[in-house]
Amino acid sequence: MNANPKLADLAPAFDVERIRADFPILSQRVHGKPFVFLDSAASAQKPRAVIGAMSHAMETQYANVHRGLHWMSERTSDAYENVRDQVAALLHAESREEIVFTRNSTEAINLVAHSYGRGILKPGQAVLITEMEHHANIVPWQMLRDSHGIELRVAGITDSGELDLASFASLLEDGRVGLAAVTHMSNVLGTYNPIARVAALAHAAGAQLLVDGSQAVVHRTVDVQALGADFYVFTGHKLYGPTGVGVLWARRALLDAMPPFMGGGDMIASVSFERSIWASGPTKFEAGTPAIIEVIGLGAAIDYVSAIGFDAIAAHEAALTGHALSRLSAVDGLRIVGQAKDRGGVISFTLEGAHAHDVATLLDRNGIAVRAGRHCADPLMARMGVTSTARASFGIYTTHAEIDVLADTLVRVRSFFQ
Amino acid sequence: MSQSHSFDDVRDLYQNIILDRARNPRHMHRMEPFDACAAGENPLCGDQVEVRVRFAAGTTVAEAAFEARGCAISMASADLMAEVVRGRDAAAMRSLAADFAELARNGVSGSADPAISTLQPLSGVSEYRSRVKCATLPWSALIAALDGAKESSHD
Ligand SMILES: Cc1ncc(COP(=O)(O)O)c(C=O)c1O
Repeated sequence: MNANPKLADLAPAFDVERIRADFPILSQRVHGKPFVFLDSAASAQKPRAVIGAMSHAMETQYANVHRGLHWMSERTSDAYENVRDQVAALLHAESREEIVFTRNSTEAINLVAHSYGRGILKPGQAVLITEMEHHANIVPWQMLRDSHGIELRVAGITDSGELDLASFASLLEDGRVGLAAVTHMSNVLGTYNPIARVAALAHAAGAQLLVDGSQAVVHRTVDVQALGADFYVFTGHKLYGPTGVGVLWARRALLDAMPPFMGGGDMIASVSFERSIWASGPTKFEAGTPAIIEVIGLGAAIDYVSAIGFDAIAAHEAALTGHALSRLSAVDGLRIVGQAKDRGGVISFTLEGAHAHDVATLLDRNGIAVRAGRHCADPLMARMGVTSTARASFGIYTTHAEIDVLADTLVRVRSFFQ
Repeated sequence: MSQSHSFDDVRDLYQNIILDRARNPRHMHRMEPFDACAAGENPLCGDQVEVRVRFAAGTTVAEAAFEARGCAISMASADLMAEVVRGRDAAAMRSLAADFAELARNGVSGSADPAISTLQPLSGVSEYRSRVKCATLPWSALIAALDGAKESSHD
């Protein structure tokens, strides 16, 4: 058995084989081989509970929300609104009124860039991001810069792939940064950023802090109040939920001050051709019929991971990551890109003599799914001095045996290209 | 869980000539002087290639060369391309590029062009949908060079 005492402790509660049985897709075969799915950071697989909740809703309880005066619409509205409570609990938000449903993380960040960026920030102010952001947390701010006269600043990272807090602090010094936007966990390097310290620095300089939790929320307990964040975003499909639903959490005072993002039905209190009165609370940002079924699916996903518990999930993934780092670094010619001390189960690497794309193709023929390329983070790749990497990422259903298959196969990939 | 087997089933993609060309390309250098040049990039995977051609007379190629950072398929494709375009004019290169795109997508080409047999080892990409673009990237750059464009973005 495993020597890791933590893993032994949680063995009764965390049974990876039992978890795997909840994910129907994991019994598929790819190219005739067992499916080894190591691409959860791109999108996670779905447990039967999520699939079932969505079908069940459509089969037994579905109508448009917030509109009908009939029983079915009321029940559906309840199911939809109930997920707002679940998300508030997941993030340890002060109130359900702080939870806005969006399409994904990308839309949530764009919502803030539009509404807070154009409505609250003033030309001449600056937005501060970091070198390790996903394109979703870069491009909306560039668009804001170009349309609204906002300066865009980029804090550096260290060679080991950690946020350079001195660089971050120095860019805040002149007091012109109105908003900092920082990832909680890098989708390339696996680095966790020290968000509580980042928040303290930002607030001391008069800036608000948006945290991109797309990766982090999957792996660890998130407490937005303890972190000191002002905005937090995540995307449902990485949290074992469906595509098409994401979340923006923002402190209530910020949401109240922000103008709407899109106009239409559901986001108004009253409309005449002269003027419309915005709805209050999160509804102001949910124009049009929302992703009802997907929100219900997200609720099932939150129930599912909460029942396992984030302590158990974090311990399982820490053990996996440790195992993977030691197995992979023993592969001749393999270089792990990103050596942060506080890191999670997302591991990018290069293999000497073999391009990431060729590595991914050979792994795929052995049933192993990894991502290869630039991972929607071109500036980060340039900073780390690589044009592309292969990336293995883990979820609650990943096993030590799968990591062994990856490492053993990489040894053979290396000799194939030698 | 054991998934040990050799990579026999990828040999249609990675034929020896491809591995050899990727390891020891014959035409990869920064050619000077040159008459036309273009860069191509596949934003999905980060492959980059720059193609340079020098004309003998008109648009007939005296020499073609490339510089690249990419996978084995794109490197081998660029190297074989530099070889087969020598002595061709722009029209002949365009028609060969179209024939090669057909070969890469379908695994076969109806073309009677003798150069197609040289390019045949790349036909294996047709079985790997996400890799077809790796093979056609250098050709897109070549066409962009002929068009006088500086950059060919792949889709
Ligand atoms: C760190 C990070 N931010 C943002 C995103 C964007 O997520 P989505 O495409 O679901 O909006 C991703 C995932 O692709 C990510 O990893």
